Amino acid sequence: MFGFGILSALTFLPLLGAAIILMFRNDDEASLRNIRHIALWTTVAVFLLSLVAWGRFDAANAGFQMVEQKAWAGGGLVYKLGVDGMSFPFVVLTAFLMPFCILASWESITFRVKEYMIAFLVLETLMIGVFCALDLVLFYLFFEGGLIPMFLIIGVWGGKRRIYASFKFFLYTLIGSLLMLVAIMAMATFAKTTDITVLLQTKFPADMQKWLWLAFFASFAVKMPMWPVHTWLPDAHVEAPTAGSVILAGILLKMGGYGFIRFSLPMFPDASHYFAPLVFAMSVIAIVYTSLVALVQEDMKKLIAYSSVAHMGFVTMGLFAMNQQGVQGAIFQMVSHGLVSGALFLCVGVIYDRMHTRDIAAYGGLVHRMPRYAVAFMVLTMANVGLPGTSGFVGEFLTLIGTFAANTKVAALATLGVILSAAYALYLYRRIIFGVLEKPALANIQDLSAREILILAPLVVLVIYYGVQPGAIMNASAAAVAELVKTTGAVAVKAAALAH
Amino acid sequence: MYNTIVFAPLFGFLAAAVLGKYVSARVSEIVTTALLFVSCLLSWIVFVNVGLGQGQASAPVVANWFTSGGLKIDWALRVDTLTAVMLVVVTSVSSLVHLYSIGYMAEDPSRPRFFGYLSLFTFAMLMLVTSDNLVQMFFGWEGVGLASYLLIGFWYDRPSANAAAIKAFVVNRVGDFGFSLGIFLVWVLTGSVSFDAIFAAAPGLANKPIDVFGLHVDGLTIACLLLFMGAMGKSAQFLLHTWLPDAMEGPTPVSALIHAATMVTAGVFMVARLSPLFELAPTALAVVTAIGALTAIFAATVGLVQNDIKRVIAYSTCSQLGYMFVALGVGAYGVGIFHLFTHAFFKALLFLGAGSVIHAMHHEQDMRNMGGLRKEIPFTFWMMTIGTLALTGFPFTAGYFSKDAIIEAAYAAGGHSSAATFGFLMTLLAAGLTSFYSWRLVFMTFFGERHAHAGHGQDTHAHDTHAQDAHAHDAHGHHGHDHTPHESPLVMLVPLAALAVGALFAGLAFNGAFIGHHFEEFWKGTIGQGPNNHIMHDMHNVPKWVGYAPFVMMVLGFLVALYMYILRPGSAQRLAAANPVLYRFLLNKWYFDELYDVLFVRPAFWLGRLFWKGGDGRIIDGLGPDGIAARVVDVARSAVRLQTGYLYHYAFAMLIGVAAFITWYLLGGVR
Repeated sequence: MFGFGILSALTFLPLLGAAIILMFRNDDEASLRNIRHIALWTTVAVFLLSLVAWGRFDAANAGFQMVEQKAWAGGGLVYKLGVDGMSFPFVVLTAFLMPFCILASWESITFRVKEYMIAFLVLETLMIGVFCALDLVLFYLFFEGGLIPMFLIIGVWGGKRRIYASFKFFLYTLIGSLLMLVAIMAMATFAKTTDITVLLQTKFPADMQKWLWLAFFASFAVKMPMWPVHTWLPDAHVEAPTAGSVILAGILLKMGGYGFIRFSLPMFPDASHYFAPLVFAMSVIAIVYTSLVALVQEDMKKLIAYSSVAHMGFVTMGLFAMNQQGVQGAIFQMVSHGLVSGALFLCVGVIYDRMHTRDIAAYGGLVHRMPRYAVAFMVLTMANVGLPGTSGFVGEFLTLIGTFAANTKVAALATLGVILSAAYALYLYRRIIFGVLEKPALANIQDLSAREILILAPLVVLVIYYGVQPGAIMNASAAAVAELVKTTGAVAVKAAALAH
Repeated sequence: MYNTIVFAPLFGFLAAAVLGKYVSARVSEIVTTALLFVSCLLSWIVFVNVGLGQGQASAPVVANWFTSGGLKIDWALRVDTLTAVMLVVVTSVSSLVHLYSIGYMAEDPSRPRFFGYLSLFTFAMLMLVTSDNLVQMFFGWEGVGLASYLLIGFWYDRPSANAAAIKAFVVNRVGDFGFSLGIFLVWVLTGSVSFDAIFAAAPGLANKPIDVFGLHVDGLTIACLLLFMGAMGKSAQFLLHTWLPDAMEGPTPVSALIHAATMVTAGVFMVARLSPLFELAPTALAVVTAIGALTAIFAATVGLVQNDIKRVIAYSTCSQLGYMFVALGVGAYGVGIFHLFTHAFFKALLFLGAGSVIHAMHHEQDMRNMGGLRKEIPFTFWMMTIGTLALTGFPFTAGYFSKDAIIEAAYAAGGHSSAATFGFLMTLLAAGLTSFYSWRLVFMTFFGERHAHAGHGQDTHAHDTHAQDAHAHDAHGHHGHDHTPHESPLVMLVPLAALAVGALFAGLAFNGAFIGHHFEEFWKGTIGQGPNNHIMHDMHNVPKWVGYAPFVMMVLGFLVALYMYILRPGSAQRLAAANPVLYRFLLNKWYFDELYDVLFVRPAFWLGRLFWKGGDGRIIDGLGPDGIAARVVDVARSAVRLQTGYLYHYAFAMLIGVAAFITWYLLGGVR
């Protein structure tokens, strides 16, 4: 394709859209409409292209596919892209969620529309780039670069305390990324390359692994976010505009998990085994602690943000179970959470656009005026609770069963999360949707508009579809995860042998 | 055929959602009900074929659900005798409840939603009973939980209904916590979650200790106990029973279908389905017996003093479920399922009868405000009487065969198990109490004088006021001011009559097949029966007095109720006044709700607030970002404009980083 691979096309197509939008000079109604349409159709085109790539993707192949490579920046740095079963689902997820974000911003963003759309398109490029990059430096650029548009989105189009939120975000991520940068330098020195495919074959000394692991962990743990470095997330979500929250929960949080899968587990297997108890402890605390915190929230977005932290706890736990069920479950959980929490934030956006408050106490009895909304919100609530038959169940079940095989105590504590998630999610639903509609402000609230149905319906349908037939995602990751588990698992056997 | 049985209700659910909105409520009622009757008819054919006849058990796979490494989970429809029994129970009661609801819910504006939920429930329940592996069972298990949640909270304007719905879901999740861990452990032990593979692997695991939760214990026993925890939640057994009485907030047909005949028996079904596993874990079986016995007696004592007609029946259900677990616990799985089968008929009959009473009384549920109704609603009176006879075990009614068999089996097993002896004593005692509270209900409702404005005194339990709330929102709030009790329409009476036939004759007709001397020909090995388990034979050889004892208890209970409520009205109140502590203890259900509130609910919210304000706020943020921020902001404020200042900082830091890296790289760091 014009000398470009399909992954490059996917990665840079949004940038092209952004360039076109940049050429608009006016901000009259017609221009704004055009800007919105260009952004929308660019993201739709990217999504369609990702489906084409899906058609070409060979699930049985455990290695990297659609690889493309070019010399870049001289000095031996290479531009190298490629995907495997553990990264490709996230590429499609990103491309899929993006058009919904543009649609969700259609009417609610009226200020600096041009810059807003550009920020989102640039963000898409960087996010897809993260999941496609096969060179460490390239990965780092995409990984850290993605934060810039996100800062802008929160800092410029955010709520009242946006400055505080973006500052907190900045502080946390800065420390993590600096440490990661140092680790990348050390790895490059040792392996004499930054090519990820070569690094995956490199055996780092056990002591070095520990330091490298910790440095990467600092960055990924913040991104996930794991307890106790999670406190930036509720603030960021609360202040971000709806679409910003969708991307934050849907994609940006997954970068941490993806980082564990791509780097920590396969490149530092000894260290991963060494630190697994630490990760387990942090994951279990995250699940129980943040679920309890979610129970007492008074702000809808904060509640969902805390529930996200709990759900990400299942992911890290499953990953470090280091078996097929745990890792596949974690990947599935991430994709599912991308759909479910993304859709939940869209749901919050729907009523926020009408009432301009996220205060749970300001609502109640919405089912009387908004039956369609109540149905969508119910399905998503159940998915959040992990009801079998929704996508939320499969990931939760697999991560738990995988962890149980690795460590029964951790799994038992984490399973407490299924009780707590039911409590906070249903309690939220009851306070917003059920009851008598008695608040005067809500008397004329309107049910979902056609545009909102267009946004929510596909997500709701997919959440149920992947709950009943999760095969598409599971099959995509199966071979690659089997390979990962084989290499890290071999270390586990060796470690066990040494212990005896 | 199996597909039609299971998926017809799902189709009904979807149709109700669409038709109700775009055509009419009536059409959605007719479609869902008709589909259920189709499903019911086919179920009986399957029952005759697979259970009574020589039809082959099978488990056709519909589709793969998910696969991960060695873990392969299919959607399959397993049909054997045990499933066939459940199919008949579920579809029969469900179709009759659908029919009944056409009358009962006639004036509710949300009928399509109601019928949709009923059909959704039925679908989930059918998925549960036809499951071929633990995970699909869990799907059905949670699916019925969802339907139950939606139906308990059907009248969503009522705070009490919403609270009850959440309570039901969350308490069930506590049970599911155990169920999930049980599934995980079974998978780790046997390498499979499919029933046949588990059962094949199980004998090799007996008495094989493993390390689990840091303990060195018998793996199979722990697995069975964890799975039983799930059963305790779903079947409202002692300690996890608190949700069931509150679930009476749902419309009465729901109580009959979900909270009496079908969903709450899922726990019993689960243990019976996994009986080959439980057979190998005698300690777990002893726990099942003990919990069952405790529930049987506990719920019966609470049932003695309740004044809400539905709550009396709810506690009765709880108690009868305890009986079933006693049967399972002593190894008489067929007897447990037989009681499940007969109980479905007479308990659904009692609930629907109570619904008819409530309908007649314009949504009055407090029995103290009833009385003398036998003249005004004679048909309902006779139906309730039949249900009561069957429940109390009057000779040759359904309960006589199944309940007495449980008591006999418990006695027979008493020789080698003290848990069974406990089970025997408790079930026997509970039989007397059952008879008392059941006749008390009949006497208070249908005999004596009506006390339209009595009650609501100091000792009225808080929940009784819900009956008043009901007036505002119920389906029948628009009867005008005519408060004369009236008999229900035919569409409600026909299901009552059909269930009455079952309550009278289900025991007589099927006891030979289920628990007779040739029970193996009926069950065909679908319920576990270890080589040393002879309980199904031993129970037929108990001393004569054991056979008569339940009858004597029943007569005693009847006579005491007769004395207290007919011959000497007012003596019950005097007895209560004489023993205020005991009375309040029973009336308040042994104070379990209050206890759990103090032990779990409040601490959870307290911890949540502590972690939020203290942990996140003061410690993490205080020492982390806010602490650092306080220093940095001082510098930053003077340096750059706030709006994008941090962005520049960040981009700058990153650029320096990248620049440093590339510089170093180009200087030969790599080469």
